Amino acid sequence: MNRSATLAIRGGAVVDARGSRRADVLIGADGIILDVGQDLDGDRTLDASGCFVGPGLVDLHTHLRQPGKEEAETIESGARGAALGGFTAVVAMPNTDPPMDSASVVRDVIALARDVCCEVFPSAAITVGRRGESLSPMAELVGLGVRMFTDDGTGVQDTRLMRRAFEYASGLAPFAGGASITMAQHCEVTALAEGGHMNEGLWSVKLGIPGQPAESEELMVMRDIALARLTGGRVHFQHLSTAGSVAMVRAAKDAGLRVTAEATPHHFTLTDECCAGYDAVFKVNPPLRTDGDVAAVRAGLADGTIDAIATDHAPHAAHEKELPFDQAPPGMLGLETALALAHGELGLTVERLFALMSWQPAAIAGIGDRHGGPVVAGRIANLCVFDPGVEWVVRGDSMASKSRNTPFEGRAMRGRVRHTIFQGQPVVEDGAAQR
Amino acid sequence: MKHLLSIEDLGGDGITALLELTDRFVEVSERRIPKVPALLGKTVVSLFYEDSTRTRLSFETAAKRLSADTMNFSVGTSSVNKGESLRDTVETIEAMGVDAIVVRHGSAGVPWQITGWVDCSVINAGDGGHEHPTQALLDSYTIRQHCGSLRGRHIAIVGDIKHSRVARSDLMAFVALGAEVTLVAPQTLLPARLDGWPVKVSHDLDAVLPSADVVYLLRMQRERMNEMLIPSLREYTTCYGMTIERAARLPKNALIMHPGPMNRGVEISAEVAGLSNAVIIDQVKNGVAVRMAVLFLLLGSGYGLVSIPDILSNGEQK
Repeated sequence: MNRSATLAIRGGAVVDARGSRRADVLIGADGIILDVGQDLDGDRTLDASGCFVGPGLVDLHTHLRQPGKEEAETIESGARGAALGGFTAVVAMPNTDPPMDSASVVRDVIALARDVCCEVFPSAAITVGRRGESLSPMAELVGLGVRMFTDDGTGVQDTRLMRRAFEYASGLAPFAGGASITMAQHCEVTALAEGGHMNEGLWSVKLGIPGQPAESEELMVMRDIALARLTGGRVHFQHLSTAGSVAMVRAAKDAGLRVTAEATPHHFTLTDECCAGYDAVFKVNPPLRTDGDVAAVRAGLADGTIDAIATDHAPHAAHEKELPFDQAPPGMLGLETALALAHGELGLTVERLFALMSWQPAAIAGIGDRHGGPVVAGRIANLCVFDPGVEWVVRGDSMASKSRNTPFEGRAMRGRVRHTIFQGQPVVEDGAAQR
Repeated sequence: MKHLLSIEDLGGDGITALLELTDRFVEVSERRIPKVPALLGKTVVSLFYEDSTRTRLSFETAAKRLSADTMNFSVGTSSVNKGESLRDTVETIEAMGVDAIVVRHGSAGVPWQITGWVDCSVINAGDGGHEHPTQALLDSYTIRQHCGSLRGRHIAIVGDIKHSRVARSDLMAFVALGAEVTLVAPQTLLPARLDGWPVKVSHDLDAVLPSADVVYLLRMQRERMNEMLIPSLREYTTCYGMTIERAARLPKNALIMHPGPMNRGVEISAEVAGLSNAVIIDQVKNGVAVRMAVLFLLLGSGYGLVSIPDILSNGEQK
């Protein structure tokens, strides 16, 4: 394609934090938005009639599996899936093998992500080896661009160490060009959750699968709220799944603490009853909970308690998901279904939808300078063109991910990404990846 | 019926039908030559991922008495040790042409997973802490044999309910057949949630015994102490062990049952195990007949229950 050409996105309704209005978007050859207005023409045109043209989505929680599990996903295949899902940036989780706990691994990930379909923004482990014993070289990692730290896959169990992490991170701004650093926590008290493979409740008892109680998540949410109060640190709660967690985050925000939270599409759509057929595709951590928890997560998304919808996209090879339920790894695909589920299930305005999936997560990740809008002249063109009317059926076989572990196989969806523009280039056109 | 995965799938009528069918196999088992051609030409594989002597032998005996060919896949010496997946293993076994896989696995749900991969019948011989349907059938049969019917009988299941597939399958079968079930255990050995379960719960064995028609003792595993579920085996025995003194609190003729293997001196004292109303050996005996009935129901080849000597003498089947 001609890189010196301008690109016009015509016929859609532009959406950003300032609202929505009918407008075309003209993008310059350098990838910068030249103009937003009526009847704009470019050397090339993409049709956006009937669509919303919003800032590209930002996923705070993506497992790209590289390095270590390239059979399940690579940075390239995951980024392609992200682009197809409307994302222009994903925060890569550090539970790779080796984990992203050192400058060399983070540099590798950045290098591997150079020419892929979206920005892959690496997070890094809070502790060396994600073992929860000593702090990773945070200042050095921040120097490479890391803005979010997490031991995702496990929570930092040692309360004193977590206190130190908050305190140490609060002094890292000079190494981050003044940006603030976020501690993101996978909330799970291992001592209470260990050996549990689904939500502890009526269904786990019926199925004979050992469960983990909601309290194993809630205890760590409670602890980290206390640590945020103690240290003044900024904490982001990953994949909230229980009514109790949502209530505690709401109260912490009311008290003025610096807390943010995300929730996944599977936690606002599916319940533990899905495990009834022993299909490990429905095994995920935190586990699918009850109807009451789903309602609480939805209420949290509606009232602003939860700031972002994050996918926790977690690819696993088919043979891994065919292990017995208690031996199979937890996790499910999410990138290519998240927007349609949020659109179809939550009954939000399009502005709220993009707030939860674009500018709010962009701000939490510390990449609001280039993602999350606004859609105005002078900004780099990272855009998601979403057709809310199109109907389609989820098929794992036709996904860009190298894995097939979607829990939504066969589900009828409404709303799909038509085009994704990354740094001015159409990486998805008419629902097809271009890279 | 193609598979036997769960007691729940059978329902009260299905259980009753199987127990009635079992009567005929008890009769076969008592013959001079306890073997019939009912499954001639059929192949039954036992695929046991957990150590088990009695259940595996019981199934193999049942299959042999029905003239099926039996194969035994023992995980300890197999390709599983070379990293073969469950799916590859069962697909390989099926490719050899088998009619039924009898599977035991330490993980709940494995028999269900297998039915998605193979066309042959699958029989659940115990999946994790979930179900053990043939145990429930043989236990129900044994109670029926001694008490006539389970309807209105009070059955106390005592011990580690939380981890016990026997307790789950048993209580479902007993309730389906009209019995009243009381689970007796310390709170730590009960499932996390019991709302909606048609059972009573007690922590007081001594209070339950005088009204029990059957007391069913579960095996108490030593590992449970390490999981901080009970303070000590001694304390467990003090509170929940079936001692001769406790046995004396039972109504006359009340049955004492145990799925084996017993921990003598823990959940059951040696003296109690030797009482005439302790029917533990009957359970084992009935296990073979019940499993014959299950295999016959799932795999029946058209050959009847005519005895082998009759075939040999007149050269034809009836």
